[in-house]
Amino acid sequence: MATPLDLELVAATKQYGETVAVDALDHKFVAGSYSCLLGPSGCGKSSTLRMIAGHESVSSGDILLAGSNITDLPPARRGTAMMFQNYALFPHLSVIDNVAFSQKMKGVDKPVRLKKARELLELVDMDAYAERLPSQLSGGQQQRVALARALITEPTVLLLDEPLSALDPFLRIRMRLELKRLQRELNISFIHVTHSQDEALALADDIIVMNGGKIEQAGPPQVVFNTPATEFVARFIGGHNVLKQQGKPIALRADRLLVNKSAESESTLLSAIVKDVEYLGSSVNLALDAGGAGELTAALTDDAFFNDPIEIGTTVFLTWKPEDAHELAA
Amino acid sequence: MTDQTHLFIPVEKNDKKLSRGTRRQKGLPDAVSGWLLSLPLALVLLFFLVLPIAMIVVVSFWGATEFSIYPAFLFDNYEFLLTSPVTYQVFLNTVKYALITWAITLVLGFTVAYFLAFHVRSLTWQIVLFLLCTIPFWTSNIIRMISWIPFLGRNGIANSTLISMGVIDEPLEWLLFSDFSVILAFVHLYTLFMVVPIFNTMMRIDKSLIEAAYDNGASGFQTLTNVIIPLTKPGIMIGSIFVVTLVMGDFITVRFMSGSQKANVGRLISNDIALLQYPSAAATAVILLVTVILVIAILLRFVDIRKEL
Repeated sequence: MATPLDLELVAATKQYGETVAVDALDHKFVAGSYSCLLGPSGCGKSSTLRMIAGHESVSSGDILLAGSNITDLPPARRGTAMMFQNYALFPHLSVIDNVAFSQKMKGVDKPVRLKKARELLELVDMDAYAERLPSQLSGGQQQRVALARALITEPTVLLLDEPLSALDPFLRIRMRLELKRLQRELNISFIHVTHSQDEALALADDIIVMNGGKIEQAGPPQVVFNTPATEFVARFIGGHNVLKQQGKPIALRADRLLVNKSAESESTLLSAIVKDVEYLGSSVNLALDAGGAGELTAALTDDAFFNDPIEIGTTVFLTWKPEDAHELAA
Repeated sequence: MTDQTHLFIPVEKNDKKLSRGTRRQKGLPDAVSGWLLSLPLALVLLFFLVLPIAMIVVVSFWGATEFSIYPAFLFDNYEFLLTSPVTYQVFLNTVKYALITWAITLVLGFTVAYFLAFHVRSLTWQIVLFLLCTIPFWTSNIIRMISWIPFLGRNGIANSTLISMGVIDEPLEWLLFSDFSVILAFVHLYTLFMVVPIFNTMMRIDKSLIEAAYDNGASGFQTLTNVIIPLTKPGIMIGSIFVVTLVMGDFITVRFMSGSQKANVGRLISNDIALLQYPSAAATAVILLVTVILVIAILLRFVDIRKEL
């Protein structure tokens, strides 16, 4: 561990003809961290991942891993491994042969490679299914196999392309925990592409929010969630209201918007009409129409709401603490 | 995982009960409507497949003289066929044509399909190039065959070009009316039957599998042998069945392209028919049918093509 195994993008750019998919990205993925590339579809996050994996050529710029330039190396010689969105398991090979595939390509003897594959299957808890074909497995099981197949190459960086999007919600949350556990145990870098902010917040040590081929904001989840840098981040990460205060855009968390039924004090900053009430279990969301300030959302705890229910159509008075409002870049 | 599927089971059960209840009201039991539904196809197959074959089998046991045929149950036709060395030569020749044509069309067909499926990136170009392959089918088989004759003949285009280029001094005799010209015509006529099913299976291969192989360190050749060929096997088998049955059943190509100098089983049958020796022709046809079915049965041993259909 003399050299840190950081992965670094230096002005990495991807162009398809005239369109720029990824625009001069600079970022350092710290070794052993879980990073999430987060953004709407078409923001360039998948292209970025595929460039790191070597499945997409880099138009200009460089990719460095552990201090060496891997920009033009073939995928298998980069020290990265990719887990594909639809898992891309070989349908004609059994689970264990799928996992042993890369070893077979290297010419490793059959008993050796099968033993190693079995170890990896044990790691993801799939050793009981070694002889099955991928089509005989559920989505979650296929994903574990895909994970084992990627990990058998002993990568420095594991790249995951929307790994959870094909699973149903229950399984998604379970696999989320599992991914995080694996990353902690193996202590390698995971780079995970997702369009789900919940996933990113739950998993990441480092969130990179992308839009239009550029990084909007990068940082730890609490920082990104509490102090979004731009209006795009505030809206995409969710749970925020974007308002104008003294001509400048500010972000305000929905649960920090205080709702009063009467204009009791002069601290009232806005008035709004309640358009809709959404009950979400532990919280209640109010959809508000604040006239010139636009549509707002206020999140109340269920206790607060049911102690003093608010009807649709009533006018409410809004206030917030000055320290909860975060100024956004214009 | 099991917990979630468990949630849905009661709903499904209710659904089944409902649909069964409504069907009961309409009257016909499932078994009867099932038989009725399969009846039209069964009749078509009976009249146009089973009956003709049965007729051929029956006639193959009839007797024949120089000027008449008469219903009987004789093994004369089979005895004559199976004891004649000519039969074995002709069958051997037929199998030889089938094997060589199969090998060449397989290599050509696989290459063309591979190029179309994996090297041509845009769907538009794939369709354009694929249609280009089918253009020869706008003219009839026989015209396409005959068009080779002026090309390959003693003073044909091929020979005169080669002579003027100085590659050869005398015209090549084996270009036309030889095994070479027969197989050339077969390959020309039937390669597309190999391209289509292989192309079809290749198009169904998920492109991310190729990337996954590449990601796992496979070279291009390793990807071909470890991923693409195994996944294309059903298409290869369907194409092989097409080509083998077409070549084994052919008689006109062999007659035209060999200038009536070569024989295969099809020509044997057509000669018998020309001489009004129907029982003998029927017996030969039965043996050919059995041979072809055996070949297909062997091919099917290797691959389950039901997955494809």
